Amino acid sequence: MVRMKWPAIGYVRATSLEDLWTAQAAHGGSAQVLAGGQTLLATLAFRLSDPKVLIDITRIAALRGIGAQGGVLRIGALTRHAELGRDPLVRQHAPLLAEAVPLIAHPAIRNRGTIGGSLAYADPAAELPACVVALGATIVLASARGERRVAAEDFFTGLLQTALEPGEIIAAVELPSATAATRCAIVEVARRSGDYAMAGLAACLSLDAAGTVAAPRLVFFGVGSGPVLAAKAGAALAGRVLDHAAIGAAQMALAEDLDPPADMHGPPEMKRHLARVLTQRALGRFLPASEIAA
Amino acid sequence: MNDIPTPDSIGLSREDLPNSYIGRSVPRPNVPKLVQGRATYTDDVVLPRMVHAAFLRSPHAHARIVSVDATAAMQVPGVVRVFTGQDLAKVCDPWVAVLAHLKGMKSAPQHPLPLDRATWQGEPIVAVVADSRAAAEDGVAALRVEFDPLPAQVDMETALAPGATVIHTELGDNLVFQRTAVQGDVDAAFAAAHKVVEATFVTGRHTGVTLEPRSIIADYNRADGTLTVHQSTQAPHMMQNVFAKQLRMEESQVRVICKDVGGSFGIKVHVYPDEVAVAAMSRILGRPVKFVADRFEAFASDIHARDHRIKGRIAVDADGKILGFDIDDLTGIGPYSVYPRTSAIEGNQVVNLCGGPYDFANYRCTTTVVLQNKVPTCQYRAVGHPIATAVTEGLVDLAAQAIGMDPIEMRRRNLVRDDAYPFTSPAGMKFEGLSHHASLKKLLEMVPVERIRADQAEARARGVHRGLGIAAFIELTNPSPFMYGIGGARISAQDGATVRMDPDGSVVVASGVTEQGQGTEAILAQIVAHGVGVPVGKVRVITGDTQATPYGGGTWACRGAGIGGEAALQSAIALKEQLLTVAGTMLQANPASLDIVLGEVVDKATGAQRISLSEIGRIVYFRGDTLPKDLPREFVQTRHFITKEYPFAFTNGIQACWVEVDVATGMVKVLEHWCVEDCGRVINPLLVDEQVRGGIVQGLGGALYEHCVYDDQGNLLTTTMADYLVPMAAEMPEIHVGHVETPTRESLLGAKGAGEAGTAGAPGALMNAINDALRPLGGIVTAQPFTPASILRALGTI
Amino acid sequence: MSARVDITLTVNGERVTRSVEARRHLIDFLRLDLGLTGSHAGCEHGVCGACTVRVDGEIVRGCLVLAASLDGAEVTTIEGLTDTGEVADLQDAFVARNAAQCGFCSPGMVMAAADILRHHPGASREEIREHLSGNYCRCTGYQAIVDAVEQTLKSRQEAAR
Repeated sequence: MVRMKWPAIGYVRATSLEDLWTAQAAHGGSAQVLAGGQTLLATLAFRLSDPKVLIDITRIAALRGIGAQGGVLRIGALTRHAELGRDPLVRQHAPLLAEAVPLIAHPAIRNRGTIGGSLAYADPAAELPACVVALGATIVLASARGERRVAAEDFFTGLLQTALEPGEIIAAVELPSATAATRCAIVEVARRSGDYAMAGLAACLSLDAAGTVAAPRLVFFGVGSGPVLAAKAGAALAGRVLDHAAIGAAQMALAEDLDPPADMHGPPEMKRHLARVLTQRALGRFLPASEIAA
Repeated sequence: MNDIPTPDSIGLSREDLPNSYIGRSVPRPNVPKLVQGRATYTDDVVLPRMVHAAFLRSPHAHARIVSVDATAAMQVPGVVRVFTGQDLAKVCDPWVAVLAHLKGMKSAPQHPLPLDRATWQGEPIVAVVADSRAAAEDGVAALRVEFDPLPAQVDMETALAPGATVIHTELGDNLVFQRTAVQGDVDAAFAAAHKVVEATFVTGRHTGVTLEPRSIIADYNRADGTLTVHQSTQAPHMMQNVFAKQLRMEESQVRVICKDVGGSFGIKVHVYPDEVAVAAMSRILGRPVKFVADRFEAFASDIHARDHRIKGRIAVDADGKILGFDIDDLTGIGPYSVYPRTSAIEGNQVVNLCGGPYDFANYRCTTTVVLQNKVPTCQYRAVGHPIATAVTEGLVDLAAQAIGMDPIEMRRRNLVRDDAYPFTSPAGMKFEGLSHHASLKKLLEMVPVERIRADQAEARARGVHRGLGIAAFIELTNPSPFMYGIGGARISAQDGATVRMDPDGSVVVASGVTEQGQGTEAILAQIVAHGVGVPVGKVRVITGDTQATPYGGGTWACRGAGIGGEAALQSAIALKEQLLTVAGTMLQANPASLDIVLGEVVDKATGAQRISLSEIGRIVYFRGDTLPKDLPREFVQTRHFITKEYPFAFTNGIQACWVEVDVATGMVKVLEHWCVEDCGRVINPLLVDEQVRGGIVQGLGGALYEHCVYDDQGNLLTTTMADYLVPMAAEMPEIHVGHVETPTRESLLGAKGAGEAGTAGAPGALMNAINDALRPLGGIVTAQPFTPASILRALGTI
Repeated sequence: MSARVDITLTVNGERVTRSVEARRHLIDFLRLDLGLTGSHAGCEHGVCGACTVRVDGEIVRGCLVLAASLDGAEVTTIEGLTDTGEVADLQDAFVARNAAQCGFCSPGMVMAAADILRHHPGASREEIREHLSGNYCRCTGYQAIVDAVEQTLKSRQEAAR
């Protein structure tokens, strides 16, 4: 049986990236980076992870801050969920993220948890990984070897797996700014407020004046090993006028996009069903008033 | 009897009668310390030389313990000692949890740590004691224990079948207890009935999830041979007996102290092997040992409950008259019956309570209680009631539907009449006085049924599915020795209170019932203030210490107010008589012409103040020489109370639940909930109402979310609060509570229990509401918890 | 390696210097090192809310914060919050409304409710319920707690007029 008190660990505080690289060099693979700790420390309590040393990166200024420049919103990895939820730049350039924040756990968790931590942990039922994929974000990774950029959809590689290499951390997330044509929504079905979703959908697309869909990205969470970009459903929508028939086509196409596992909440067919329901609920918001009434 | 003047009974407002505290919403004096973080829970107690225990728990549902190697564990910094079952058996005897009046019941001897076999995943196997809890856990991690896994009997449905794994071979089979109650001619009634409806109900395995986990410090002092136990418990005197008996000590050598308790709900009224192990280890080490269960341990070792499968049938005539119930209950209780209350009581309660609110002639109900390799089950809030109520009310609704009758009308036709008492139910339960029809009437005053039905029809037209469900219930409270004592358990059904007046005119009451947060100390203060005639702020209350309080049973089965409260009232009245006798002598007045109001002796006729209690205190305690030599001056009075006429004081009530089911996702939103309950005399409405609400939320939680889920190997899958879902503020509805008061005539106070009513009725009301919502779609759910998956299945969506 | 880390921080307005085990979470630090037993460990995995305290002015789960990481931080517990009188009205409302039964959740609940008073003075009942949805109470039906918070918000709004 598992135990509750955290196992014996060491603690190193890094106050700069240089500090961090030095600490990583000293401790190698037995070290784990500590950001907000809202997932990592819970896994320590379950003794699901067993790092020898925690390297606290929360005081590294270079990993903080939110800025918008040249049509790109850059969000520092240490940005806490609560900050994300109230930041005016986020609200303006990536409103989907602001909409997602209230769905993440509870206020006390949101005051501590960070976007970098959430993405690095890559829980398949978490909201932010799905959002960044839906938004077509770029994840900025840093290590002693320098910086590299990975498209969000390539960053999540499997159950709790990411493109992060040993010694690498998430430095920031870069997102294309929303335009007047951008439509985004996040919807989920969770047993209780703040619970991980049984199924969720972060959806982004563009609508032109005629109501034609461009660049649709439907990203499901809680239904696979990570955020699932529904390519077939997207293809069913692209170039079509958004109406009930188009949504129906996207729902049909999900059969090929999703292969959900069973979990404590129900069988795969329930998750498939919920994904179809969520598709209707998310895309239904973008319908013109005449269609909604229909 | 029952002639206590209350503001209502003498036509005064509460403000006009400041001396009367019965029925007043007096704020609890305990709450300031709770909201300021100044309470004292067991884990807050730190003793000199104290060490901490952690347990290696079985990773297997069933396994032989091959070997224990503690060599590495003993090298872990801080580790003091490692104990196995054999080590503890030297100082501690095993126990067997059976009750003589449950005929044929059997169970196996249980040791604090098993000698050779683990029988559930989570059973404590080896203990490590260290200078901190963290070090003790490090020690556990360093233990090398070899297990030889054995086949596990997980499914209760196959526990008695050929080929079942017999968990204790010396018992011969896995049958713990079986009982059938029969009244009338069930087969004939069902054969002749206009309609017979049947369904199978499942109530999911639950656990209590007290926010404060089980906590204990045992402190054996070799110098004087005493064992002092600080424990988060409901029953200090019962535990005193248990520790003494198992550790071969005299009861007088054991003292159990229980300060603040962070929730109990029945979880903390049982004997847990790890807690007895702590006492045994302290006995051996001669120093204090602390153990506070962590949340994993709570899920894997606190008692579970409500793991039942019930097949039920109801027969009705063409007018909707209920002709009979025919019920078969099966429950799995884990590998041991839990000491000393036993794990057969819950099934027995199902037999006692099914059909309870109704007047019908033919009844057959069987409970079959079997062993399995899961966490042991035992009494948890509203033992058996939510099961019996859901089954009964589910069947009544199905019958109403089958004959096309409105469910409210169906109940009106069948609930036992309010003038029918005393009444004996087909299950043999004796009711002194219940108020089903008055309660239904009151409920219908509170629930806007017409508006709800109109809203329901309008919403259905929009594809929104809402439903209204109701559930009537009875609740067993104020138990007599018929519950446990006659079966041989040393569990007191009697309780005592000692009330004394100190020189300053303040009053102290020491009571054998205990405070678990329900407000026991507040109502005792109210009752004593009322009985003596002092301001409630002048009363201090002592509970939770076997050395300082009269012997009593503690808190269980809703007895604190009804039993402990009556003892307090009687001792308060005795003190008042004594005070008036002394005052009469001092004032040269007839004591019968005097009264005590807000701490002043007054002339009864005029209300004129004559002498204060503090002045009487001064004279009696410090100038007794000025009083007549033969004047009795016993300002300490003790009275005990036990119910004598009825084995239990039954209460009743009825609940209504209004829900919306999202038929696309299977999500249920409880929109509003109502409860009318009759707990006899209401002592403090503020406390009763929120306790009823808490009970309802616990019932709704169980019916919607809570479930101890096992795989087919007996591995518990819900070991965190992220997996075992409890009800939280966002999902819970506004709850309206109303009262009908039918005081019991067994006591002057007239109070019955109120703590379990909410939990008893809520799941049934919710189930009926969901099924009302689903009815046009042809779906029905009868297996709790009602998860999105279960509702989508019922609708044929998945 | 079970390292110790030296930290100096402010707890309830007092400067505190300790050498703590790296693995110790904030609640064990408060309870075991400082004797501040008002904060409770209910689940130790970040779900129940009994350990809610303020760090640098914002509420956090004390069981999901490493004490070693708090050098220079400002921590406020229920004891400190009570001493400042910041929520005396809220605590009075809890008493008046019987919004505490066993009380084990109460310190965390008051810390979370205090957060509503500071950040959401116009919160509706539904918003109060949502904000408190990370704090588990087994005893009440939550309604008395929501009532107490709502009453305090109203009283403060009226006083501000």
